[in-house]
Amino acid sequence: MSELTIDREIDPRHMHVTDEVAIGISGMNKWYGAFHVLRDIDMIVHRGERIVICGPSGSGKSTLIRCINRLEEHQTGQIVVDGTELTSDLKNIDKVRSEVGMVFQHFNLFPHLTILENCTLAPIWVRKTPKKEAEEIAMHFLHKVKIPEQALKFPGQLSGGQQQRVAIARALCMKPRIMLFDEPTSALDPEMIKEVLDTMIGLAEEGMTMLCVTHEMGFAQAVANRVVFMDQGQIVEQNAPEEFFNNPQSERTRLFLSQILGH
Amino acid sequence: MLVYDTRYRSLTIQVVFLFLFMAGAAWLIDNTLQNLARLGKDFSFNFLWSRAGYDINQRFVEYDSGMTHGRAMLVGLLNTLFVAALACVTATVIGVLAGVARLSTNWIVGRLMTVYVEGFRNVPLLLWILVIFAVMTEAMPQPSAFRGDEPAASMLLFDSVAITNRGTYIPEPLFARSLGDIYVGLFYISLDLVAVIAVFIASLLGNRVLLRHAERVQNETGVRPRTWWKSVLILFVPLLILLSALGFHLRYPELRGFNFQDGIFMRNSLMALWLALSLYTGAFIAENVRAGILAISRGQTEAAFALGMRPRRTMRLVILPQALRVIIPPLISQYLNITKNTSLALAVGYMDLRSTLGGITINQTGRELEGMMLMMLVYLVISLLISLAMNIYNRSVRLKER
Amino acid sequence: MSETHAQTAAYVRDTMIPEQAPPGSEFGAIHWLRSNLFSGWLNTLLTVLSLGAVWWLIVHIGPWFGNAIWNANSLSECRAILDGREGACFGVIKDRWHQLLFGFYPGHLYWRPVLALVLMLAALAPVLFTGVPRQMLWFTALYPGVAYWLLWGGSVWFPIAALAGFAVGYAAYLLLARVSTLIGTIAAFLAPVLWWLFASQAVADALQSVIPLGIQPVRSDLFGGFMLSIIIGVTGIALSLPLGILLALGRKSDMLLVKTICVGFIEFIRGVPLITLLFTASLLLNYFLPPGTSFDIILRVIIMVTLFAAAYMAEVIRGGLAALPRGQYEAADALGLDYWKAQRLIIMPQALKVAIPGIVNTFIGLFKDTTLVVFIGLLDPIGLSNAIRADNAWNGIYWELFGFIGLMFFIFCFGMSRYSMYLERKLKTDHR
Repeated sequence: MSELTIDREIDPRHMHVTDEVAIGISGMNKWYGAFHVLRDIDMIVHRGERIVICGPSGSGKSTLIRCINRLEEHQTGQIVVDGTELTSDLKNIDKVRSEVGMVFQHFNLFPHLTILENCTLAPIWVRKTPKKEAEEIAMHFLHKVKIPEQALKFPGQLSGGQQQRVAIARALCMKPRIMLFDEPTSALDPEMIKEVLDTMIGLAEEGMTMLCVTHEMGFAQAVANRVVFMDQGQIVEQNAPEEFFNNPQSERTRLFLSQILGH
Repeated sequence: MLVYDTRYRSLTIQVVFLFLFMAGAAWLIDNTLQNLARLGKDFSFNFLWSRAGYDINQRFVEYDSGMTHGRAMLVGLLNTLFVAALACVTATVIGVLAGVARLSTNWIVGRLMTVYVEGFRNVPLLLWILVIFAVMTEAMPQPSAFRGDEPAASMLLFDSVAITNRGTYIPEPLFARSLGDIYVGLFYISLDLVAVIAVFIASLLGNRVLLRHAERVQNETGVRPRTWWKSVLILFVPLLILLSALGFHLRYPELRGFNFQDGIFMRNSLMALWLALSLYTGAFIAENVRAGILAISRGQTEAAFALGMRPRRTMRLVILPQALRVIIPPLISQYLNITKNTSLALAVGYMDLRSTLGGITINQTGRELEGMMLMMLVYLVISLLISLAMNIYNRSVRLKER
Repeated sequence: MSETHAQTAAYVRDTMIPEQAPPGSEFGAIHWLRSNLFSGWLNTLLTVLSLGAVWWLIVHIGPWFGNAIWNANSLSECRAILDGREGACFGVIKDRWHQLLFGFYPGHLYWRPVLALVLMLAALAPVLFTGVPRQMLWFTALYPGVAYWLLWGGSVWFPIAALAGFAVGYAAYLLLARVSTLIGTIAAFLAPVLWWLFASQAVADALQSVIPLGIQPVRSDLFGGFMLSIIIGVTGIALSLPLGILLALGRKSDMLLVKTICVGFIEFIRGVPLITLLFTASLLLNYFLPPGTSFDIILRVIIMVTLFAAAYMAEVIRGGLAALPRGQYEAADALGLDYWKAQRLIIMPQALKVAIPGIVNTFIGLFKDTTLVVFIGLLDPIGLSNAIRADNAWNGIYWELFGFIGLMFFIFCFGMSRYSMYLERKLKTDHR
């Protein structure tokens, strides 16, 4: 677990949250075959909110956020993203995926394309952006994640931290309104975690709606509006970070926190 | 001591090694010369210019029994290359289809393909060649069965292809206004064939120009113009025009007398060898294709989907380029194997390089040493060329890493 | 920040939701059928076509098997019993299975090859299964002599004298290693060669005249069938292993000359068809050896097959060596081990373990290629089927023989490939 020192005057957690509902999940259940992996999930995410989801492994937290952009299918219940309900209708799925960006634990950059091509691939082929414009957008976001000089290199030539920042830029090039992070720093060496977390904090400060599955509790305390604790496929506790960390209500939460924060 | 000084150690060892190697080679060569002298033979390749005296039933160039052994060797070599090229093409098609089908979500199709792949991979190729040859000679009808008002057998594909127990007859392409042939020293080349190939290459280049133009338009405006119908026109229309200008028509095989006349006769040995090589190697290629596609981690597909790309585009732009890097090197090895496996042709009487040079020629002239060395040299050159192609491909598509 | 939304405010769950069964339409046979076989029109079409193909096969081939005759002594007898129906004549299998398995090996001596096979499995056990005690490796080392004696018979002193060559080499190494490791190594190679060329036959004959101990000899030209394939295949692979290791190490070496020779050899062998090498064995090997030497044909074939397998083995071992992290070499150097010690104690055991699936695959390929010896007149199963068909009683029988041979090969090769996949899975988890 890394220590983050934030020296800002304004508390970023109280910025930019609106009343508008970005993601609405009600009564959602998912089974893998006969295994009940997500049970009765009810959750509402407002636009501009930053939510950190934590929990022991196997609790279904990755599965939950992967259901939001339909990388996994739910069986019962309803998921509504930006007003569009997620069903088997391909048009709805396309619409949701263009509004939601995702960053993976293992980066998943395309190794046969340059960094610039990684970032311009989707705008060119999905949004039908002309190539020059797509490249300008890509360079803009590469500047934002602070690696514009790597644009013509290949992913294999970059370090882990740099690759993850490229992955964030690649997702941002589609101008999403919601960003999903699936354990973005778990595969990184410790000295590279800070650069990725700093990038994510920068995003939060600009008002991006973020759902983040992570074990980085310092990040949660610095930036999150809400921490959600999941176990055995269901939401066990959720609260604002101070109350969550200082005053956990459920026994399971206390056990989990003692394991995570102990060292 | 020289061996222990790290500056000279490797040099010393190499010198010793070289000495031992030369000594060994000298011993082998000395033995060979002694044995040759004892048997009253000398070492020369003159037999290549002496009269062959045997017929070859399948040939691509002019040949009769009065020509030299060297010419017979050329005929055999062309036969080898011909069946190898045919088998490479069909094996690739079968292998790709079977490999993709094995990954299908359809349970029955997947299992059937597994049965095919495992069944063919675990039985020796020679057995398959003999089995397929037996099927063609035993189970196929005689030409006379096609005759009469109530024929026991009928032709396929609108009466154009006849499969009999002596071979397969297919229509022969003929040109009414042919351009003729030219003589290129060793054999004749049909100018019609040259024209067809030239026009086809021109069409491919034209198609490439079209695609590049479409890409330019897409870069400017973001919208890619529909090109598929234009591609079809460019690829096929010039060829069709050329063929009709040359008066292209097919001469169908017809049953006259006891046998089919006209048409191209592909004898059973060729068909058996071709089919067996294709099905056998196709099974291995299927495994390579399947492994190549599985080697691409699921994360790549998920990342592309998360960006909003549709499955077909993901396959074309993300998965396939990476999968081909993994699939093509073993694929080229399989082509090499096909070329080497054509040497089993003697089992069914197909006259490839091994049957002519390494079989009848050696038997007749007694020149085993020279003949074998020449044959090994030819195969070696072919394999080195194929390996070179593979190395060039590998180097050009290598992923750049740190 | 708004406070009024129930699902965004602080929340604690008091009772956990138990696991529930998935809704019926998502689970069970109907769902499986729908998603696997009939999802979409293309899949449905493929399912229908496949079922149709399977049905066609059953309808056409079923009766052939159903009417099979096992008790017949000739093809004409079969046809008489069948009386016009389609049916297989498996009487040929019942009549000639021992030939297909053993060739023309004397019938009353069948216990010898069978015993050799059982002992082979015992000798392979310590190599293929890590749970077997390591002392069994001594048996593995002795097994070649035992197998040779069981199969070919003759005096027992001959294989013992041959195996003694290794002891001679080891003794030479021990004696001369004190002078220098290099001289010791060279002596370890030269001494056995000299022993085998000049001394071992004489010693064996001498011992035989003193203590005659032997079993009935069997000539090589009586060998045939699957026994021959297994002998050639197993011997080829086993002997090619040390040679393949040397070639792989040579190919990796920094010394230009060694590397060139090894690469040249490997590329030459891999570039020519096996059939040319077999022809060399039968026609040409006699040219390369001193005048007057004449070898057993099976031994010549085994020599060429060994060289052939060594080249492919070298490539497989090269892959195993590449899988080893560089740190292993560096650790060995840091401990002060010289090149050969490092190879023997650290590098090779690990590389070979990783390469075993590749070695098994090479063996499967080699085993299938043993059918090519039919071209040089040896009686492998296919050659035997020709011989059986030449008999008047079975003239013209094809499918039953091919089917039996194909089935035996399939069982053997499929079993080996399943084993190799099991090994790969096990090694992947071991090596995390």
